[in-house]
Amino acid sequence: MAGVPQRLRTTWREVPLARHLVLAAIGLVLVAFTLPAVGDFRATQLTELAYIALAAAGLTVLTGLNGQLSLGHGALMAVGAYTTALLLDERDAGPPLVLVVLAAVAATLAVGVVVGVAAARLHGPYLAGATLAMAVAVPGIAVHFRDQLGGEQGLRTYTPEIPGWAADAAYYLTGSDPSRSTYVAFLAWATLLLGLVLLANLARSRTGRRWAAVRDDEVAAELAGIHLGRARVSAFAVSAAAAGAAGAMLAIADRNVAPGAFNLNLSMTLVAVVVLGGLGSLTGAIIGAAVLTLLVSFGPGLGRSLGLDDLASEQVAPLVAGLVTVAVILLAPRGLAGIAQGRLAARRARRAYTSAPSSDGGSPPSSSTPAGSGSAGTSTAVSTPTGKGTP
Amino acid sequence: MSASGSTTAPDSRADTSAPVLELHDVTVRFGGLTALDSVGLAARPGVVHGVIGPNGAGKTTLFNVACGFVRPTSGTLLHRGAPRARFLPHQLAGLRVARTLQGLGLFDRLTVLDNVMVGADRTARSTFWGGLLSTPGSWRDERAVRDRAMAQLEELGVAQHAGRYPSSLPYPVRKRVALARALVSEPELLLLDEPASGLSSDEMDELAGLVEGLTDRMGVLLVEHHMDLVMRVCDEITVLDFGKVIAHGTPAEVQTDPAVLAAYLGEDVA
Repeated sequence: MAGVPQRLRTTWREVPLARHLVLAAIGLVLVAFTLPAVGDFRATQLTELAYIALAAAGLTVLTGLNGQLSLGHGALMAVGAYTTALLLDERDAGPPLVLVVLAAVAATLAVGVVVGVAAARLHGPYLAGATLAMAVAVPGIAVHFRDQLGGEQGLRTYTPEIPGWAADAAYYLTGSDPSRSTYVAFLAWATLLLGLVLLANLARSRTGRRWAAVRDDEVAAELAGIHLGRARVSAFAVSAAAAGAAGAMLAIADRNVAPGAFNLNLSMTLVAVVVLGGLGSLTGAIIGAAVLTLLVSFGPGLGRSLGLDDLASEQVAPLVAGLVTVAVILLAPRGLAGIAQGRLAARRARRAYTSAPSSDGGSPPSSSTPAGSGSAGTSTAVSTPTGKGTP
Repeated sequence: MSASGSTTAPDSRADTSAPVLELHDVTVRFGGLTALDSVGLAARPGVVHGVIGPNGAGKTTLFNVACGFVRPTSGTLLHRGAPRARFLPHQLAGLRVARTLQGLGLFDRLTVLDNVMVGADRTARSTFWGGLLSTPGSWRDERAVRDRAMAQLEELGVAQHAGRYPSSLPYPVRKRVALARALVSEPELLLLDEPASGLSSDEMDELAGLVEGLTDRMGVLLVEHHMDLVMRVCDEITVLDFGKVIAHGTPAEVQTDPAVLAAYLGEDVA
């Protein structure tokens, strides 16, 4: 690391945007080179991975960072998806795609604020119940407004044309014209990466710190001048916006938006992704989404190779997903991202220890006495740094 | 209430005359229980004001009224002489009033530094949109807040724990972190809720020195059980019993007050 200029390292450490943008750019380049090579089937799967990861990223901010549970994020995806479908109906070319996605985000954000205001008053199981009700009720709305929202059949979504410059760029990079699936997958991944950058910025900002404070101790957060309701509603709204963007990608990818796609299963999948990846971890959201979507694609094949019939093979994926989730909760409560992070932290600590073994000699290994029991020995050991701590 | 002028707190600042926080004739009833009965109290800058009384005397309720957690059944609250119709806890920091909690209330999943940065939120300027887009202004502001929090940790001698999580630290260190979180907002009045609980006598000495050192910057309102600490650091003392103010004055006056002796030692003495 000696070759890296000090200023660059300071920037890397202190400017979250620099970090996040560099990581996102690397991701985008990887995606740009991977997608054309994998074929339409895998591209479609990668699209699903992207929008599940995006919605889960929103959920992990809400649950992990702000401590609010939502079992109804699938319903919020539905809001984004239906908004997209209504704007991209079959009639004509429709508005530019960027505007469509922004409108989907705005609509879901608005719904998120309304739900968030209600959620801010609820805790624990009550919040879970209310959001669960949302997951069940929202698809019903689509069925009820048959004329506007297409009922059980849903709405067809107009397929956006690949813009000329994008096709040219793809041809320049890969030597072949991109297929529609590749294009949609690229859209979904670009949206995911943009969403992750914004969410990571927020999590690293004053806003994220306020959300975490409200999660950890309401009274202390209030005394620090934080309005509990505002913090909760803003977290819900941001989380909903991510789900809305994910819903828009789903609508574009599936070319059809129907209530069946937003059943309870979707909401539960999002929760499972968050738990699997690690509560509050954005990287975890991608890892969790990857594990679960891959399971769905490999499950049936695995079942058939084990000699199961088609019907039973279909159930292999949910079974394995459930087992994996339970195993992660039992063995690694901080999720798959938590495992990686723990390894990294341990290695860093080891390196710091070997490079400067005597610098932190006073760190009390066993002095974490429980509250109230300040025994004379530990207390003097702890109070001595008072003098030398202030230079 | 009228006893405001009786104390002789040594202070050089000119604006000490206006109390930061005043309670006028405050009564709090929980159903049939009267927790506070027309209590008056004034917390001035530069003055350490102790609130003592036997268990259940209403000390904590008094604090909760002062912080807006409990709405008084009747009576008024004044901030800098201006009556406040409604007092909400999250507005307290903006009024330059900070409070420590009996249970510390540290944010367990935030580092020590982040804990104190939350305390400095009043002075932070970056907005939601600035944070979302990570504008240069927002991260410059973050750095300023971080520097301020770090300086506060250094002042209290716990800066070396900045990267640790509160649960991994010994109790006295955690107490200092909680105090740093309150002080970093640069309050004009600091409410200390039982700051000496769980401390050894050595640490209590340090705490006393610390509190005494604060008076050139702020007023302190202190609820405490340890009489020796209260008598040492307080400039004036209000004694509560069964929700009523039974005595008010300097430590020397209060110590010899027959009503106080009766409340603490039993009816026989009176």
